[in-house]
Amino acid sequence: MKRIISILLENEAGALSRVVGLFAQRGYNIDTLTVAPTDDDTLSRLTLTTQGDDHMAEQIVKQLHKLIDTIKVVDLTVGAHIERELMLVKMKATDKDIRTELKSCVEIFRGHVIDVTPTTYTVQLTGDSHKLDAFIEAVREMGIMEVVRSGVSGISRGDKFLRV
Amino acid sequence: MELLSGGEIVIRALKDAGIKNVWGYPGGAALHIYDALYRQDEVRHLLVRHEQAAVHAADGYSRATGKVGTALVTSGPGATNAITGIATAYMDSIPLVVISGQVPLTKIGQDAFQETDMVGVSRPIVKHSFLVTRAEDIAATIAKAYYIAGTGRPGPVVVDIPKDVTDPSYKVPYAYPSDVKMRSYQPTTKGHRGQIKRAVKTLLAAKRPIIYAGGGVVIDNASEKLIELAQALNYPVTNTLMGLGCYPGTDRQYLGMLGMHGTYEANTAMHHADVIFAIGARFDDRVTNDLEKFCPHATIIHVDVDPTSVSKNIEAHIPIVGTCNAVLSEMMAIYQEMGLSPDSAALAEWWIQLDQWRADQGIYTASRYEESSGNCIKPQDVIKMLYKVTNGKAIVTSDVGQHQMFAAQYYLFDKPRTWINSGGLGTMGFGLPAAMGCKLAFPDTDVACVTGEGSIQMNIQELSTCTQHNLPVKIINLNNAALGMVRQWQDMNYSSRYSESVYEESLPDFVKLAEAYGHVGMKITHIDELEEKMRECFAMKDRVVFMDIDIDRSEHVYPMQMPGGSMRDLWLNKTERT
Repeated sequence: MKRIISILLENEAGALSRVVGLFAQRGYNIDTLTVAPTDDDTLSRLTLTTQGDDHMAEQIVKQLHKLIDTIKVVDLTVGAHIERELMLVKMKATDKDIRTELKSCVEIFRGHVIDVTPTTYTVQLTGDSHKLDAFIEAVREMGIMEVVRSGVSGISRGDKFLRV
Repeated sequence: MELLSGGEIVIRALKDAGIKNVWGYPGGAALHIYDALYRQDEVRHLLVRHEQAAVHAADGYSRATGKVGTALVTSGPGATNAITGIATAYMDSIPLVVISGQVPLTKIGQDAFQETDMVGVSRPIVKHSFLVTRAEDIAATIAKAYYIAGTGRPGPVVVDIPKDVTDPSYKVPYAYPSDVKMRSYQPTTKGHRGQIKRAVKTLLAAKRPIIYAGGGVVIDNASEKLIELAQALNYPVTNTLMGLGCYPGTDRQYLGMLGMHGTYEANTAMHHADVIFAIGARFDDRVTNDLEKFCPHATIIHVDVDPTSVSKNIEAHIPIVGTCNAVLSEMMAIYQEMGLSPDSAALAEWWIQLDQWRADQGIYTASRYEESSGNCIKPQDVIKMLYKVTNGKAIVTSDVGQHQMFAAQYYLFDKPRTWINSGGLGTMGFGLPAAMGCKLAFPDTDVACVTGEGSIQMNIQELSTCTQHNLPVKIINLNNAALGMVRQWQDMNYSSRYSESVYEESLPDFVKLAEAYGHVGMKITHIDELEEKMRECFAMKDRVVFMDIDIDRSEHVYPMQMPGGSMRDLWLNKTERT
């Protein structure tokens, strides 16, 4: 099953490469990875998604925790959580009918057209990964030129939080 | 505050970290550090002949003493030569600090002369690593490196220092931190009390218990506590290859080593056990054999300081994360509080069974091989003789292969830190430099390197280091003119097609070679001269002696677990297998 793992990491040179290297070294796959400093700029917050059963997820969490730069690790999939991903899609939009249909599709998915030229539309969409996948399927026939996805960011619901 | 250059700070920080000995090899990027080293006499440097040996020697020193070992190398090839040594230490959880010179900061990334991304290259085989970018950070980084290397589950730490950071003309105030605190690194020490209680109850309720103790007990100096608990309970003990010596090899409760080449009694007892108390061991594939068939009746209690080791290969029923010392102390206390005792009737029956297995097929009672005669010297008999001549009191290092297994099986180690071998990585070439490290630490103890003509040639240049620094180790070379373990597998699995495993006539005259380095060489070809020559060898306290012993070329290591079987599925001798 899909796992969303959240990591609080020292914002130091080489810290990210240790996380990525660990996955390669232990034979785990990274499906998506996002990383940026937090409000405290000595810390980075990293969200990654991977596939694995409970045993593998437990090992991944423990191995990540063992890295010296890691402060906290949590498998968000274990509890209630929210995931969001940002996607930018550049579409061919020369035909008037297509432009209309595309606009209505974007509205249905609660996205925005953020750049327009006589021949293209660029669409911005946020949501969980399933929603973004669904949008791509919906507009595929209309002519996708380019897709950029940020990878998943996740946070737990309710009172729980990840902080030093 | 005192003003020092980066190079001077490196050496001063080593001194303040309590480091007396550094093994190393100079080169361009490390020259400022080497100049600072020259201008003081508190930190001793031992020049080796190859950087791999520097790391192995520091490693051997650490294994024998329990202290953190230190190696110093230059950038590029110096750093990459150190890699095998670092990986060896990593696999066996040995605390080391390896300081490497690096090209100047301004040259990093330019493919400069002798540039290698050491932090990148070493990343998967270190506990942690640092690239120091300011002279001001050197002392604090070195303090952190020693702290990380030596605490929790120990391991090697690399400190990579660019040449301009050690510039002698740039001086900064020096202060060595009195205390290291890291918010991201707080290793667990005490185990969970509730879990420990459960473990004690389970252990006391056992009818066929066994204690399976590994290298973690050695590393944590928890041997005494293990012995205390095991003897209070009268439970049988088996040690892993890395754990040899943590429970006395000559004790009645000791069943010998377990695993691929473990004893019949240890492996069979594991298979039939109803409670396995694993401490400081990690259910390595060389122990468990087929995981699906592993110990089907056992409830498993697993104590380890590293949470990733617990339930990695075998699911623990009672996992406990903590140091061996802390958990064993707490177990003993709880055991005494509870006032319960083991099931004595069941235990008596279990011991009758264990003693029966030991009498039938025990490695020291059953005939596992034909005895030596004439020019046919059996490697097992050489190890037995080594045990006899050294009164079982030597520090024995080994290389990797058949000789390693024979040494592990037939030398009965009564004390921890006296059996020094590369168990995890299996590094040929480890034995001689590791022996140098042991001899430096214990100049008055016999240090024997049990090796073979294959392994010894991987770091034989260190015979010169022994001369320079007066390290009179004894080399016991089990010479079968072949890569014995490779050939054993070729016999078993490849219809004796000896692909690249035999030396034919290409071997050097080891006696002359030893003499060329200024040492004593001996050639032994007949069993009758073995004891006398070996006594002569160990009587020469201040000389390196190279004993080149021609052994039976056809000998295999037994017992051996059958691939894909359970722990007790063993070939016991050659007739049975081939």
